[in-house]
Amino acid sequence: MVVTAQPPAKLRWGELEEDDGEDLDFLLPPRQVIGPDENGIKKVIEYKFNEEGSKVKITTTIRIRKLANARLSKRAVERRSWAKFGDAVHEDVGSRLTMVSTEEILIERPRAPGSKPEEAKVGGDSLAQLGKGGAVLMLCRTCGKKGDHWTSRCPYKDLAPPSESFVDKPPAAETSAAASLTGKTAYVPPGMRAGAERGAGADMRRRNDENSVRVTNLSEDTREPDLHELFRPFGPVSRVYVAMDQKTGMSRGFGFVNFMNKEDAQKAINKLNGYGYDNLILKVEWATPRSN
Amino acid sequence: MRPILMKGHERPLTFLKYNREGDLLFSCAKDHNPTVWFADNGERLGTFRGHNGAVWSCDVSRDSLQLITGSADQTAKLWNVKSGNQLYTFNFDSPARSVDFSVGDKLALITTDPFMELSSAIHVKRIARDPADQSGKSVLVLKGPQGRINRAVWGPLNKTIISAGEDAVVRIWDTETGTLLKESDREIGHKRPITSLTKSTDGSHFITGSVDKSAKLWDTRSLTLIKTYVTERPVNAVAMSPLLDHVVLGGGQDASAVTTTDHRAGKFEAKFYDKILQEEIGGVKGHFGPINALAFNPDGKSFSSGGEDGYVRLHHFDPDYFNIKI
Repeated sequence: MVVTAQPPAKLRWGELEEDDGEDLDFLLPPRQVIGPDENGIKKVIEYKFNEEGSKVKITTTIRIRKLANARLSKRAVERRSWAKFGDAVHEDVGSRLTMVSTEEILIERPRAPGSKPEEAKVGGDSLAQLGKGGAVLMLCRTCGKKGDHWTSRCPYKDLAPPSESFVDKPPAAETSAAASLTGKTAYVPPGMRAGAERGAGADMRRRNDENSVRVTNLSEDTREPDLHELFRPFGPVSRVYVAMDQKTGMSRGFGFVNFMNKEDAQKAINKLNGYGYDNLILKVEWATPRSN
Repeated sequence: MRPILMKGHERPLTFLKYNREGDLLFSCAKDHNPTVWFADNGERLGTFRGHNGAVWSCDVSRDSLQLITGSADQTAKLWNVKSGNQLYTFNFDSPARSVDFSVGDKLALITTDPFMELSSAIHVKRIARDPADQSGKSVLVLKGPQGRINRAVWGPLNKTIISAGEDAVVRIWDTETGTLLKESDREIGHKRPITSLTKSTDGSHFITGSVDKSAKLWDTRSLTLIKTYVTERPVNAVAMSPLLDHVVLGGGQDASAVTTTDHRAGKFEAKFYDKILQEEIGGVKGHFGPINALAFNPDGKSFSSGGEDGYVRLHHFDPDYFNIKI
């Protein structure tokens, strides 16, 4: 719509004051309709006075399209004019049998559209990273094999316990991180001390709450793939969990995300705490309350 | 999308049917008056008054001039769609449940429930061109197996009748001889009563919904199981999109259990599944009770659902529905 203001022509301000603009319409040029042309474009040019009393030219451009599916059979058109019968004959105006829902109903997707292929891509990423010697999502801490199986599924679990040299770099880095975090004066369990030989089981349990980030105030529609998508940019994520109500199968509004690296987790907390997600403001914090 | 709510029935809905052009929607409910609506705006065209019991199902002739309804008042009635007048009443000794016009509308099948000592049966009636010549004589009576027949429809070229019911078995009958041709395999078939059966538009396959929380897609000729759609609640109604490879399942927990469980656990949505991949596409919420009836508009651009809550909800799809990808 194009609005062009034109200065009031041949009209004295005194006259304007007297009759409130309404009776001045005869002073305006008539309404013009141009088209519609072959492209279905129709132009309507109107003149009127705005609040300040200045004459305004309004050009409205309308594109007229014929709906392709507005095709009804001859019989259906005929049925349209059938007389009502039965209880429909004396239908009260106030009965309101047919109403349009005030609620907008959407087709609710069981998971975010396209989340599945995305996940597959993540797997591919990590496998690609394997060649470059970077962080790998799937890393067996028993045999040290990357991208093949998880620790709990290790086929070599029953074989000799892994020597220290077998342990890969990430767990070692974690150990030192944990040690430094607990501080000098705090008691460090023998199993946690640097250089201590750790069993796979203890390591796994630790792994579960280490670098774990609690996300609260999630919307009900948020699913694990959504969270994964949200947190993945900060670094490799080893686990995503959204709490579900067992009875209703609906989200309870909180979840946990485990990062492979603590720094990534901290980055994610810094960035996403207070982040607006799905109309709600996320609260992101460490899952286990830290003593200091 | 904003569905159109039609509150014409005072009791739970039982069945929905569109006419061939998709401009009329017929609804049956446990109140005694089947109703016809304009399918585009949901305006009520009329009610068919005369039944004295719950109306379980209906079918409309290809020219949209005649309607047949089956009711618990032990009758099936023929109606004039335009005027709402009764044309003929078929009387039975037990409640009539499923009705279906044959291809060509020259025959109609009516199933009757087991009642007192009577077993369930499928009656085939000849539909006269002129209602004045109509007779109540059965051309063929198929004495049914144990339990109620919940739905029976004509097979291709009216050569067979497909029936499904409480005994969880799908059966194909020969309409010439009245013999049983095929029975679905009990191993791969449904485990609990079958509640609904809907043919595809071309009749080459059909889908059955069952209380065992699944729906199954069958080949009409060979009665081989093609697909299974697993859901988490009993399936009361099934429909297939004539346009896209989508299957809609409606259901929910038993009406008797609604008040005793969490309202969010009811799962009264119509669930869309991909017909081929058997994967859930999405759900359409809205009903306050289980969905008892589902029907797709023949143009595939809208569908309606009828619930235990007495509402018919008419959904015209948003444009983005047509390019949903899994």
